[in-house]
Amino acid sequence: MLDIHGITCVFGGLTALDDVSFSARSGEITGVIGPNGAGKTTLLNIITGIYTRTAGRITLDGRDISGLPPERLTRLGLVRTFQNIELFGKMSVLENVMVGLHTRSRSGFLACACKLPHHLREERRIREQALELLEFVGIVDLAGTAAANLPFGKGRLLEIARALAVQPRIMLMDEPAAGLNSRETWQLGDLIRKIRETGVTVVLVEHDMELVMDICDAIVVLNLGKKLAEGTPRQIQENPEVIAAYLGDE
Amino acid sequence: MRRELIKFALFAAVVLVIPATIKGGYLLNVLVFVGINTMLAVGLNLLLGFAGQISLGQAAFYGLGAYLSGILTATYGWNPWTAMAVAAIAVGILAFVIGFPILKLKGHYLAMATLGFGIIIYIVFNEYVDVTGGPSGFSGVPGLSLGDLHFDSDLKSYYLIWTMALLVMLLAVNLTQSRIGRALRAIHDSEVAARVLGVNARLLKVQVFTCSAIISGLAGSLYAHTVTFISPSTFGFHFSVELLTMVIIGGLGSIYGSCLGAALLTLLPEFLRTFQDYDIVVYGLLLIIMTMFLPGGLVQGFELLWMGMRRLRPGRAGRNA
Repeated sequence: MLDIHGITCVFGGLTALDDVSFSARSGEITGVIGPNGAGKTTLLNIITGIYTRTAGRITLDGRDISGLPPERLTRLGLVRTFQNIELFGKMSVLENVMVGLHTRSRSGFLACACKLPHHLREERRIREQALELLEFVGIVDLAGTAAANLPFGKGRLLEIARALAVQPRIMLMDEPAAGLNSRETWQLGDLIRKIRETGVTVVLVEHDMELVMDICDAIVVLNLGKKLAEGTPRQIQENPEVIAAYLGDE
Repeated sequence: MRRELIKFALFAAVVLVIPATIKGGYLLNVLVFVGINTMLAVGLNLLLGFAGQISLGQAAFYGLGAYLSGILTATYGWNPWTAMAVAAIAVGILAFVIGFPILKLKGHYLAMATLGFGIIIYIVFNEYVDVTGGPSGFSGVPGLSLGDLHFDSDLKSYYLIWTMALLVMLLAVNLTQSRIGRALRAIHDSEVAARVLGVNARLLKVQVFTCSAIISGLAGSLYAHTVTFISPSTFGFHFSVELLTMVIIGGLGSIYGSCLGAALLTLLPEFLRTFQDYDIVVYGLLLIIMTMFLPGGLVQGFELLWMGMRRLRPGRAGRNA
Protein backbone atom coordinates (compact mmCIF):
# COMPACT_ATOMS: atom_id res chain seq x y z
CA MET A 1 0.00 0.00 0.00
CA LEU A 2 2.66 2.46 1.14
CA ASP A 3 5.91 1.93 -0.74
CA ILE A 4 9.16 3.61 0.18
CA HIS A 5 11.74 3.52 -2.62
CA GLY A 6 15.36 4.40 -1.90
CA ILE A 7 14.77 7.31 0.47
CA THR A 8 17.94 9.23 1.23
CA CYS A 9 18.12 12.28 3.46
CA VAL A 10 21.25 14.34 4.02
CA PHE A 11 21.44 17.14 6.61
CA GLY A 12 24.59 19.12 5.89
CA GLY A 13 27.29 16.46 6.02
CA LEU A 14 25.23 13.96 7.96
CA THR A 15 23.41 11.19 6.12
CA ALA A 16 20.35 10.57 8.28
CA LEU A 17 18.84 8.05 5.88
CA ASP A 18 20.69 6.11 3.24
CA ASP A 19 18.71 4.39 0.47
CA VAL A 20 15.91 3.02 2.64
CA SER A 21 13.20 0.98 0.94
CA PHE A 22 10.30 -1.04 2.32
CA SER A 23 6.59 -1.54 1.90
CA ALA A 24 3.69 -1.44 4.32
CA ARG A 25 1.05 -3.91 3.16
CA SER A 26 -2.61 -3.04 3.28
CA GLY A 27 -4.43 -4.10 6.44
CA GLU A 28 -1.24 -4.91 8.35
CA ILE A 29 0.65 -3.31 11.19
CA THR A 30 4.20 -2.62 10.05
CA GLY A 31 6.70 -1.79 12.76
CA VAL A 32 9.75 0.38 12.17
CA ILE A 33 12.34 -0.12 14.89
CA GLY A 34 15.95 0.73 15.50
CA PRO A 35 18.30 2.10 18.14
CA ASN A 36 18.34 5.83 18.92
CA GLY A 37 19.53 7.87 15.97
CA ALA A 38 18.61 5.18 13.46
CA GLY A 39 16.52 7.68 11.48
CA LYS A 40 13.05 6.43 12.37
CA THR A 41 11.49 9.80 13.10
CA THR A 42 13.31 11.43 10.17
CA LEU A 43 11.77 8.81 7.90
CA LEU A 44 8.32 9.54 9.30
CA ASN A 45 8.81 13.28 8.86
CA ILE A 46 9.82 12.73 5.25
CA ILE A 47 6.85 10.51 4.46
CA THR A 48 4.45 13.03 6.00
CA GLY A 49 5.87 16.02 4.14
CA ILE A 50 7.42 17.82 7.11
CA TYR A 51 11.06 17.31 6.02
CA THR A 52 12.22 17.20 2.40
CA ARG A 53 14.08 14.15 1.12
CA THR A 54 17.36 14.29 -0.77
CA ALA A 55 16.47 11.37 -3.03
CA GLY A 56 13.93 8.60 -3.36
CA ARG A 57 10.26 8.15 -3.99
CA ILE A 58 7.19 7.39 -1.88
CA THR A 59 4.02 5.96 -3.36
CA LEU A 60 0.61 5.36 -1.84
CA ASP A 61 -1.38 2.76 -3.78
CA GLY A 62 0.93 3.37 -6.72
CA ARG A 63 0.44 7.12 -6.66
CA ASP A 64 3.55 9.23 -6.16
CA ILE A 65 3.13 11.21 -2.94
CA SER A 66 6.76 12.26 -2.37
CA GLY A 67 7.08 15.79 -1.08
CA LEU A 68 3.38 16.53 -0.80
CA PRO A 69 2.48 18.86 2.10
CA PRO A 70 0.75 17.28 5.12
CA GLU A 71 -2.71 18.68 4.38
CA ARG A 72 -2.67 17.10 0.90
CA LEU A 73 -1.57 13.73 2.28
CA THR A 74 -4.44 13.80 4.76
CA ARG A 75 -6.90 14.22 1.93
CA LEU A 76 -5.33 11.19 0.25
CA GLY A 77 -5.93 9.15 3.41
CA LEU A 78 -2.57 9.30 5.17
CA VAL A 79 -2.37 10.69 8.70
CA ARG A 80 0.20 10.65 11.49
CA THR A 81 0.52 11.11 15.24
CA PHE A 82 3.39 12.81 17.03
CA GLN A 83 5.88 11.53 19.57
CA ASN A 84 5.37 14.58 21.80
CA ILE A 85 1.60 14.72 21.51
CA GLU A 86 0.60 17.89 19.70
CA LEU A 87 -2.83 18.60 21.15
CA PHE A 88 -4.73 21.87 20.87
CA GLY A 89 -4.37 22.60 24.57
CA LYS A 90 -6.87 25.39 25.01
CA MET A 91 -9.64 23.49 23.25
CA SER A 92 -11.80 20.80 24.78
CA VAL A 93 -11.20 17.12 24.10
CA LEU A 94 -14.33 17.02 21.94
CA GLU A 95 -13.27 20.10 19.96
CA ASN A 96 -9.86 18.52 19.31
CA VAL A 97 -11.53 15.59 17.60
CA MET A 98 -13.88 17.95 15.78
CA VAL A 99 -10.84 19.67 14.22
CA GLY A 100 -9.91 16.22 12.94
CA LEU A 101 -13.24 16.18 11.13
CA HIS A 102 -12.37 19.43 9.35
CA THR A 103 -11.88 17.70 6.01
CA ARG A 104 -15.16 15.83 6.52
CA SER A 105 -17.12 19.09 6.53
CA ARG A 106 -17.62 21.75 3.91
CA SER A 107 -19.20 24.95 5.33
CA GLY A 108 -17.35 28.10 4.35
CA PHE A 109 -16.92 31.43 6.14
CA LEU A 110 -20.32 32.75 5.17
CA ALA A 111 -22.30 29.63 6.04
CA CYS A 112 -20.54 29.47 9.43
CA ALA A 113 -20.99 33.16 10.24
CA CYS A 114 -24.68 33.15 9.27
CA LYS A 115 -25.43 29.75 10.84
CA LEU A 116 -27.09 28.50 7.67
CA PRO A 117 -29.21 25.37 8.20
CA HIS A 118 -26.90 23.00 6.32
CA HIS A 119 -24.01 24.22 8.45
CA LEU A 120 -25.93 23.52 11.66
CA ARG A 121 -26.79 20.01 10.44
CA GLU A 122 -23.15 19.44 9.58
CA GLU A 123 -22.09 20.71 13.00
CA ARG A 124 -24.42 18.22 14.71
CA ARG A 125 -23.10 15.37 12.56
CA ILE A 126 -19.47 16.28 13.37
CA ARG A 127 -20.26 16.38 17.08
CA GLU A 128 -21.86 12.92 16.94
CA GLN A 129 -18.96 11.44 15.01
CA ALA A 130 -16.44 13.01 17.38
CA LEU A 131 -18.24 11.49 20.37
CA GLU A 132 -18.24 8.08 18.66
CA LEU A 133 -14.48 8.32 18.15
CA LEU A 134 -13.94 9.27 21.79
CA GLU A 135 -16.06 6.26 22.70
CA PHE A 136 -13.89 4.09 20.42
CA VAL A 137 -10.66 5.05 22.21
CA GLY A 138 -12.40 5.04 25.58
CA ILE A 139 -12.23 8.66 26.77
CA VAL A 140 -15.76 9.83 25.99
CA ASP A 141 -16.23 10.77 29.66
CA LEU A 142 -13.54 13.44 29.25
CA ALA A 143 -15.18 15.15 26.25
CA GLY A 144 -15.62 18.48 28.02
CA THR A 145 -12.14 18.68 29.59
CA ALA A 146 -9.56 21.12 28.25
CA ALA A 147 -7.00 19.06 26.36
CA ALA A 148 -4.12 20.68 28.26
CA ASN A 149 -5.46 19.22 31.51
CA LEU A 150 -5.40 15.60 30.33
CA PRO A 151 -2.92 13.16 31.83
CA PHE A 152 -0.31 12.14 29.24
CA GLY A 153 -1.77 8.70 28.60
CA LYS A 154 -5.24 10.07 27.91
CA GLY A 155 -3.71 12.75 25.72
CA ARG A 156 -2.16 9.99 23.63
CA LEU A 157 -5.58 8.38 23.20
CA LEU A 158 -7.07 11.74 22.23
CA GLU A 159 -4.39 12.22 19.60
CA ILE A 160 -5.24 8.83 18.14
CA ALA A 161 -8.98 9.62 18.14
CA ARG A 162 -8.25 12.92 16.44
CA ALA A 163 -6.13 11.22 13.77
CA LEU A 164 -8.84 8.61 13.18
CA ALA A 165 -11.31 11.45 12.65
CA VAL A 166 -9.83 12.20 9.24
CA GLN A 167 -10.88 8.64 8.30
CA PRO A 168 -7.42 7.63 7.17
CA ARG A 169 -6.61 4.55 5.12
CA ILE A 170 -3.15 4.48 6.62
CA MET A 171 -1.98 5.83 9.96
CA LEU A 172 1.65 6.50 10.88
CA MET A 173 2.33 6.54 14.59
CA ASP A 174 5.51 8.04 16.03
CA GLU A 175 6.43 6.20 19.24
CA PRO A 176 2.90 6.03 20.65
CA ALA A 177 4.07 4.09 23.69
CA ALA A 178 6.66 6.70 24.71
CA GLY A 179 5.83 8.01 28.18
CA LEU A 180 3.16 5.39 28.87
CA ASN A 181 3.28 2.95 31.78
CA SER A 182 3.06 -0.78 31.11
CA ARG A 183 -0.70 -0.99 31.65
CA GLU A 184 -1.31 1.91 29.26
CA THR A 185 1.07 0.38 26.73
CA TRP A 186 -0.82 -2.88 26.86
CA GLN A 187 -4.13 -1.04 26.32
CA LEU A 188 -2.55 0.88 23.46
CA GLY A 189 -1.61 -2.42 21.81
CA ASP A 190 -5.23 -3.54 21.98
CA LEU A 191 -6.37 -0.23 20.55
CA ILE A 192 -3.94 -0.43 17.62
CA ARG A 193 -5.19 -3.95 16.84
CA LYS A 194 -8.74 -2.63 17.00
CA ILE A 195 -7.77 0.12 14.54
CA ARG A 196 -6.35 -2.50 12.17
CA GLU A 197 -9.62 -4.42 12.38
CA THR A 198 -11.50 -1.37 11.10
CA GLY A 199 -9.42 -1.67 7.93
CA VAL A 200 -6.79 1.00 8.63
CA THR A 201 -3.21 0.12 7.75
CA VAL A 202 -0.78 1.08 10.52
CA VAL A 203 2.89 1.99 10.41
CA LEU A 204 4.30 1.98 13.90
CA VAL A 205 7.60 3.63 14.72
CA GLU A 206 8.38 2.39 18.19
CA HIS A 207 10.99 1.82 20.85
CA ASP A 208 9.02 -0.57 22.99
CA MET A 209 10.16 -4.01 21.73
CA GLU A 210 7.56 -5.96 23.60
CA LEU A 211 4.73 -3.94 22.02
CA VAL A 212 6.23 -4.20 18.53
CA MET A 213 6.85 -7.94 18.74
CA ASP A 214 3.38 -8.43 20.13
CA ILE A 215 1.25 -6.57 17.59
CA CYS A 216 3.20 -6.11 14.35
CA ASP A 217 2.66 -8.26 11.27
CA ALA A 218 5.93 -7.13 9.71
CA ILE A 219 8.97 -5.30 11.05
CA VAL A 220 11.62 -3.13 9.42
CA VAL A 221 14.82 -2.52 11.35
CA LEU A 222 16.83 0.63 10.76
CA ASN A 223 20.32 1.24 12.03
CA LEU A 224 22.46 4.32 11.42
CA GLY A 225 20.18 5.41 8.58
CA LYS A 226 20.27 2.11 6.72
CA LYS A 227 17.79 -0.73 6.54
CA LEU A 228 19.28 -3.59 8.49
CA ALA A 229 16.58 -6.21 8.20
CA GLU A 230 12.97 -6.83 7.32
CA GLY A 231 10.61 -9.67 8.19
CA THR A 232 8.12 -11.13 10.63
CA PRO A 233 8.66 -10.54 14.35
CA ARG A 234 9.97 -14.08 14.64
CA GLN A 235 12.55 -13.61 11.87
CA ILE A 236 13.67 -10.31 13.32
CA GLN A 237 14.16 -11.72 16.79
CA GLU A 238 16.42 -14.43 15.37
CA ASN A 239 18.37 -12.19 13.01
CA PRO A 240 22.00 -12.05 14.18
CA GLU A 241 22.63 -8.62 12.65
CA VAL A 242 19.70 -7.13 14.54
CA ILE A 243 20.87 -8.69 17.78
CA ALA A 244 24.33 -7.26 17.15
CA ALA A 245 22.97 -3.78 16.47
CA TYR A 246 20.96 -3.78 19.66
CA LEU A 247 23.39 -5.49 21.97
CA GLY A 248 26.58 -4.20 20.39
CA ASP A 249 29.22 -6.14 18.43
CA GLU A 250 31.65 -8.38 20.14
CA MET B 1 -25.68 27.56 21.66
CA ARG B 2 -28.83 28.89 23.31
CA ARG B 3 -26.89 30.52 26.15
CA GLU B 4 -24.73 32.29 23.62
CA LEU B 5 -27.84 33.71 21.95
CA ILE B 6 -29.26 34.97 25.25
CA LYS B 7 -25.94 36.59 26.07
CA PHE B 8 -25.98 38.36 22.73
CA ALA B 9 -29.62 39.47 23.07
CA LEU B 10 -28.89 40.93 26.51
CA PHE B 11 -25.85 42.73 25.22
CA ALA B 12 -27.77 44.11 22.23
CA ALA B 13 -30.57 45.30 24.51
CA VAL B 14 -28.08 47.18 26.70
CA VAL B 15 -26.51 48.80 23.64
CA LEU B 16 -29.86 49.89 22.25
CA VAL B 17 -31.07 51.32 25.57
CA ILE B 18 -27.93 53.34 26.39
CA PRO B 19 -28.90 56.50 24.41
CA ALA B 20 -32.07 56.83 26.51
CA THR B 21 -30.04 56.91 29.72
CA ILE B 22 -27.61 59.67 28.81
CA LYS B 23 -28.47 63.29 28.19
CA GLY B 24 -25.15 64.69 26.99
CA GLY B 25 -24.87 64.91 23.20
CA TYR B 26 -21.09 64.77 23.36
CA LEU B 27 -20.95 61.41 25.13
CA LEU B 28 -23.33 60.00 22.51
CA ASN B 29 -20.94 61.22 19.83
CA VAL B 30 -18.08 59.40 21.54
CA LEU B 31 -20.18 56.25 21.78
CA VAL B 32 -20.61 56.31 18.00
CA PHE B 33 -16.84 55.96 17.77
CA VAL B 34 -16.90 53.18 20.32
CA GLY B 35 -19.13 51.36 17.82
CA ILE B 36 -16.72 51.89 14.94
CA ASN B 37 -13.74 50.87 17.05
CA THR B 38 -15.62 47.78 18.21
CA MET B 39 -15.94 46.64 14.61
CA LEU B 40 -12.24 47.23 14.04
CA ALA B 41 -11.22 45.46 17.24
CA VAL B 42 -13.45 42.47 16.48
CA GLY B 43 -11.87 42.25 13.02
CA LEU B 44 -8.35 42.28 14.45
CA ASN B 45 -9.32 39.83 17.19
CA LEU B 46 -10.41 37.24 14.61
CA LEU B 47 -6.92 37.42 13.20
CA LEU B 48 -4.87 37.83 16.38
CA GLY B 49 -6.97 36.21 19.10
CA PHE B 50 -8.13 33.20 17.10
CA ALA B 51 -5.65 32.50 14.31
CA GLY B 52 -2.74 33.95 16.32
CA GLN B 53 -1.49 36.14 13.44
CA ILE B 54 -0.54 39.73 14.21
CA SER B 55 -1.32 42.73 12.03
CA LEU B 56 0.02 46.21 12.61
CA GLY B 57 -1.56 47.45 9.40
CA GLN B 58 -5.23 47.43 10.32
CA ALA B 59 -5.42 51.23 10.19
CA ALA B 60 -4.50 51.03 6.50
CA PHE B 61 -7.55 48.89 5.66
CA TYR B 62 -9.65 51.21 7.80
CA GLY B 63 -8.28 54.22 5.90
CA LEU B 64 -8.69 52.56 2.51
CA GLY B 65 -12.34 51.89 3.27
CA ALA B 66 -12.80 55.52 4.33
CA TYR B 67 -10.95 57.05 1.37
CA LEU B 68 -12.50 54.76 -1.25
CA SER B 69 -15.95 55.50 0.09
CA GLY B 70 -15.21 59.22 0.32
CA ILE B 71 -13.68 59.54 -3.14
CA LEU B 72 -16.32 57.45 -4.90
CA THR B 73 -19.16 59.49 -3.39
CA ALA B 74 -17.72 63.02 -3.18
CA THR B 75 -15.61 63.00 -6.35
CA TYR B 76 -17.56 60.62 -8.55
CA GLY B 77 -21.05 61.09 -7.13
CA TRP B 78 -21.75 57.42 -6.35
CA ASN B 79 -24.49 56.30 -4.00
CA PRO B 80 -22.89 55.92 -0.53
CA TRP B 81 -24.19 52.39 -0.01
CA THR B 82 -22.81 51.23 -3.37
CA ALA B 83 -19.53 52.97 -2.60
CA MET B 84 -19.40 51.22 0.78
CA ALA B 85 -19.93 47.80 -0.80
CA VAL B 86 -17.39 48.43 -3.54
CA ALA B 87 -14.86 49.76 -1.01
CA ALA B 88 -15.31 46.67 1.18
CA ILE B 89 -14.85 44.34 -1.79
CA ALA B 90 -11.80 46.25 -3.04
CA VAL B 91 -10.18 46.17 0.40
CA GLY B 92 -10.96 42.45 0.62
CA ILE B 93 -9.35 41.73 -2.73
CA LEU B 94 -6.25 43.73 -1.79
CA ALA B 95 -5.94 41.89 1.52
CA PHE B 96 -6.35 38.53 -0.21
CA VAL B 97 -3.63 39.33 -2.73
CA ILE B 98 -1.07 40.68 -0.25
CA GLY B 99 -2.10 38.03 2.32
CA PHE B 100 -0.45 35.16 0.46
CA PRO B 101 3.11 36.50 0.57
CA ILE B 102 2.74 38.35 3.91
CA LEU B 103 1.21 35.51 5.93
CA LYS B 104 4.04 33.20 4.99
CA LEU B 105 5.92 35.19 7.62
CA LYS B 106 5.59 34.49 11.30
CA GLY B 107 5.87 36.47 14.54
CA HIS B 108 8.04 39.58 14.43
CA TYR B 109 8.50 39.32 10.68
CA LEU B 110 4.76 39.33 10.12
CA ALA B 111 4.47 42.35 12.43
CA MET B 112 7.14 44.15 10.41
CA ALA B 113 5.54 43.32 7.05
CA THR B 114 2.08 44.51 8.09
CA LEU B 115 3.64 47.57 9.69
CA GLY B 116 5.39 48.34 6.40
CA PHE B 117 2.15 47.92 4.49
CA GLY B 118 0.42 50.33 6.88
CA ILE B 119 3.13 52.93 6.40
CA ILE B 120 3.00 52.64 2.59
CA ILE B 121 -0.76 53.22 2.56
CA TYR B 122 -0.37 56.13 5.00
CA ILE B 123 2.16 57.72 2.65
CA VAL B 124 -0.21 57.24 -0.28
CA PHE B 125 -2.97 59.09 1.62
CA ASN B 126 -0.55 61.94 2.31
CA GLU B 127 1.18 62.24 -1.03
CA TYR B 128 -1.50 61.45 -3.58
CA VAL B 129 -2.80 64.98 -3.07
CA ASP B 130 -4.83 65.24 -6.29
CA VAL B 131 -7.07 62.39 -5.24
CA THR B 132 -6.95 62.27 -1.45
CA GLY B 133 -6.46 65.95 -0.66
CA GLY B 134 -3.15 65.11 1.06
CA PRO B 135 -2.36 66.03 4.67
CA SER B 136 -5.03 68.73 4.80
CA GLY B 137 -7.71 66.09 4.42
CA PHE B 138 -10.67 65.28 2.25
CA SER B 139 -14.02 66.91 2.93
CA GLY B 140 -17.54 66.86 1.58
CA VAL B 141 -18.24 63.15 2.03
CA PRO B 142 -22.05 62.80 1.94
CA GLY B 143 -23.90 61.27 4.88
CA LEU B 144 -25.84 58.04 4.67
CA SER B 145 -29.58 57.85 4.25
CA LEU B 146 -32.24 55.18 3.87
CA GLY B 147 -35.11 56.60 1.85
CA ASP B 148 -36.23 59.67 3.80
CA LEU B 149 -34.27 58.69 6.87
CA HIS B 150 -31.06 60.74 6.96
CA PHE B 151 -28.44 59.68 9.47
CA ASP B 152 -27.54 63.26 10.33
CA SER B 153 -27.79 63.35 14.13
CA ASP B 154 -25.64 61.64 16.74
CA LEU B 155 -28.60 59.56 17.86
CA LYS B 156 -29.37 58.28 14.34
CA SER B 157 -25.68 57.63 13.69
CA TYR B 158 -25.50 55.78 16.98
CA TYR B 159 -28.22 53.37 15.93
CA LEU B 160 -26.81 52.92 12.44
CA ILE B 161 -23.26 52.24 13.59
CA TRP B 162 -24.26 50.01 16.46
CA THR B 163 -26.61 47.98 14.28
CA MET B 164 -23.63 47.27 12.05
CA ALA B 165 -21.32 46.66 15.00
CA LEU B 166 -23.77 44.24 16.61
CA LEU B 167 -24.17 42.43 13.30
CA VAL B 168 -20.40 42.09 12.95
CA MET B 169 -20.16 40.82 16.54
CA LEU B 170 -22.91 38.25 16.01
CA LEU B 171 -21.34 36.96 12.81
CA ALA B 172 -17.93 36.85 14.47
CA VAL B 173 -19.27 34.90 17.47
CA ASN B 174 -20.96 32.41 15.12
CA LEU B 175 -17.81 32.06 13.08
CA THR B 176 -15.60 31.37 16.06
CA GLN B 177 -17.88 28.58 17.24
CA SER B 178 -17.89 26.81 13.89
CA ARG B 179 -15.47 24.48 12.15
CA ILE B 180 -13.64 27.55 10.83
CA GLY B 181 -13.22 28.94 14.34
CA ARG B 182 -11.94 25.61 15.61
CA ALA B 183 -9.50 25.32 12.71
CA LEU B 184 -8.22 28.86 13.42
CA ARG B 185 -7.65 28.08 17.08
CA ALA B 186 -5.98 24.83 16.07
CA ILE B 187 -3.53 26.74 13.84
CA HIS B 188 -2.85 29.05 16.78
CA ASP B 189 -2.02 26.14 19.11
CA SER B 190 -0.04 23.93 16.73
CA GLU B 191 0.10 24.73 13.06
CA VAL B 192 1.81 21.48 12.13
CA ALA B 193 -0.79 19.35 13.93
CA ALA B 194 -3.60 21.31 12.27
CA ARG B 195 -2.06 20.73 8.86
CA VAL B 196 -1.61 17.03 9.53
CA LEU B 197 -5.35 16.89 10.22
CA GLY B 198 -5.98 18.35 6.78
CA VAL B 199 -6.48 22.00 7.71
CA ASN B 200 -5.18 24.19 4.89
CA ALA B 201 -3.46 26.60 7.28
CA ARG B 202 -2.05 28.90 4.64
CA LEU B 203 -5.35 29.50 2.87
CA LEU B 204 -7.29 29.81 6.11
CA LYS B 205 -4.89 32.46 7.45
CA VAL B 206 -5.28 34.47 4.25
CA GLN B 207 -9.04 34.11 4.42
CA VAL B 208 -9.29 35.35 8.00
CA PHE B 209 -6.88 38.18 7.19
CA THR B 210 -9.19 39.14 4.30
CA CYS B 211 -12.20 38.87 6.55
CA SER B 212 -10.67 41.22 9.12
CA ALA B 213 -9.67 43.64 6.36
CA ILE B 214 -13.23 43.72 4.99
CA ILE B 215 -14.58 44.50 8.45
CA SER B 216 -11.98 47.28 8.81
CA GLY B 217 -12.89 48.65 5.38
CA LEU B 218 -16.57 48.70 6.29
CA ALA B 219 -15.78 50.51 9.53
CA GLY B 220 -13.76 53.01 7.49
CA SER B 221 -16.66 53.68 5.12
CA LEU B 222 -19.02 54.18 8.04
CA TYR B 223 -16.52 56.55 9.61
CA ALA B 224 -16.20 58.59 6.42
CA HIS B 225 -19.95 58.93 5.93
CA THR B 226 -20.56 59.74 9.58
CA VAL B 227 -17.81 62.30 10.08
CA THR B 228 -17.93 63.56 6.43
CA PHE B 229 -14.29 64.68 6.71
CA ILE B 230 -11.24 62.40 6.63
CA SER B 231 -7.54 63.06 6.95
CA PRO B 232 -4.51 60.74 6.91
CA SER B 233 -3.61 61.26 10.57
CA THR B 234 -6.62 59.15 11.64
CA PHE B 235 -5.22 56.13 9.81
CA GLY B 236 -1.59 56.16 10.87
CA PHE B 237 0.58 53.64 12.69
CA HIS B 238 -0.48 55.10 16.04
CA PHE B 239 -4.04 53.95 15.45
CA SER B 240 -2.97 50.41 14.51
CA VAL B 241 -1.22 50.20 17.86
CA GLU B 242 -4.29 51.58 19.61
CA LEU B 243 -6.39 48.85 18.00
CA LEU B 244 -3.91 46.24 19.13
CA THR B 245 -4.16 47.63 22.66
CA MET B 246 -7.96 47.45 22.53
CA VAL B 247 -7.91 43.79 21.52
CA ILE B 248 -5.33 42.79 24.12
CA ILE B 249 -6.87 44.81 26.95
CA GLY B 250 -10.32 43.50 26.10
CA GLY B 251 -9.18 39.92 25.91
CA LEU B 252 -7.63 37.92 23.08
CA GLY B 253 -10.13 35.53 21.62
CA SER B 254 -13.17 37.18 23.17
CA ILE B 255 -15.53 39.09 20.89
CA TYR B 256 -17.25 40.85 23.78
CA GLY B 257 -13.84 41.65 25.18
CA SER B 258 -12.99 43.51 21.99
CA CYS B 259 -16.06 45.68 22.51
CA LEU B 260 -14.98 46.31 26.08
CA GLY B 261 -11.45 47.19 25.01
CA ALA B 262 -12.76 49.50 22.30
CA ALA B 263 -15.07 51.21 24.79
CA LEU B 264 -12.32 51.67 27.34
CA LEU B 265 -9.72 53.02 24.93
CA THR B 266 -12.19 55.31 23.21
CA LEU B 267 -13.72 56.72 26.37
CA LEU B 268 -10.50 56.84 28.39
CA PRO B 269 -8.81 59.65 26.40
CA GLU B 270 -11.86 61.79 27.09
CA PHE B 271 -11.14 61.45 30.79
CA LEU B 272 -7.38 61.56 30.35
CA ARG B 273 -7.34 65.01 28.78
CA THR B 274 -4.97 66.14 31.49
CA PHE B 275 -2.27 63.78 30.21
CA GLN B 276 -2.39 65.37 26.75
CA ASP B 277 0.42 64.01 24.61
CA TYR B 278 1.43 61.53 27.26
CA ASP B 279 -1.58 59.34 26.55
CA ILE B 280 0.67 56.93 24.64
CA VAL B 281 2.59 56.41 27.88
CA VAL B 282 -0.66 55.54 29.60
CA TYR B 283 -1.47 53.01 26.84
CA GLY B 284 1.95 51.48 27.21
CA LEU B 285 1.57 51.18 30.97
CA LEU B 286 -1.90 49.69 30.58
CA LEU B 287 -0.56 47.13 28.13
CA ILE B 288 2.26 46.14 30.48
CA ILE B 289 -0.02 45.90 33.50
CA MET B 290 -2.61 43.89 31.60
CA THR B 291 -0.19 41.37 30.13
CA MET B 292 1.49 40.92 33.51
CA PHE B 293 -1.53 40.61 35.76
CA LEU B 294 -4.51 39.87 33.53
CA PRO B 295 -3.31 38.13 30.37
CA GLY B 296 -6.86 37.09 29.53
CA GLY B 297 -7.86 40.74 29.30
CA LEU B 298 -10.69 42.62 30.96
CA VAL B 299 -13.12 39.83 30.11
CA GLN B 300 -11.10 37.48 32.29
CA GLY B 301 -11.12 40.14 35.01
CA PHE B 302 -14.89 40.35 34.85
CA GLU B 303 -15.22 36.59 34.98
CA LEU B 304 -13.05 36.48 38.09
CA LEU B 305 -15.03 39.34 39.62
CA TRP B 306 -18.32 37.66 38.79
CA MET B 307 -17.27 34.35 40.30
CA GLY B 308 -16.07 36.21 43.39
CA MET B 309 -19.37 38.06 43.74
CA ARG B 310 -21.38 34.92 43.23
CA ARG B 311 -19.51 33.35 46.07
CA LEU B 312 -20.38 36.30 48.31
CA ARG B 313 -23.98 36.79 47.26
CA PRO B 314 -25.77 34.58 44.76
CA GLY B 315 -27.86 36.40 42.17
CA ARG B 316 -26.66 39.76 40.93
CA ALA B 317 -23.78 40.10 38.51
CA GLY B 318 -21.82 43.32 38.21
CA ARG B 319 -21.60 45.10 34.88
CA ASN B 320 -19.88 48.42 34.52
CA ALA B 321 -17.35 50.05 32.21
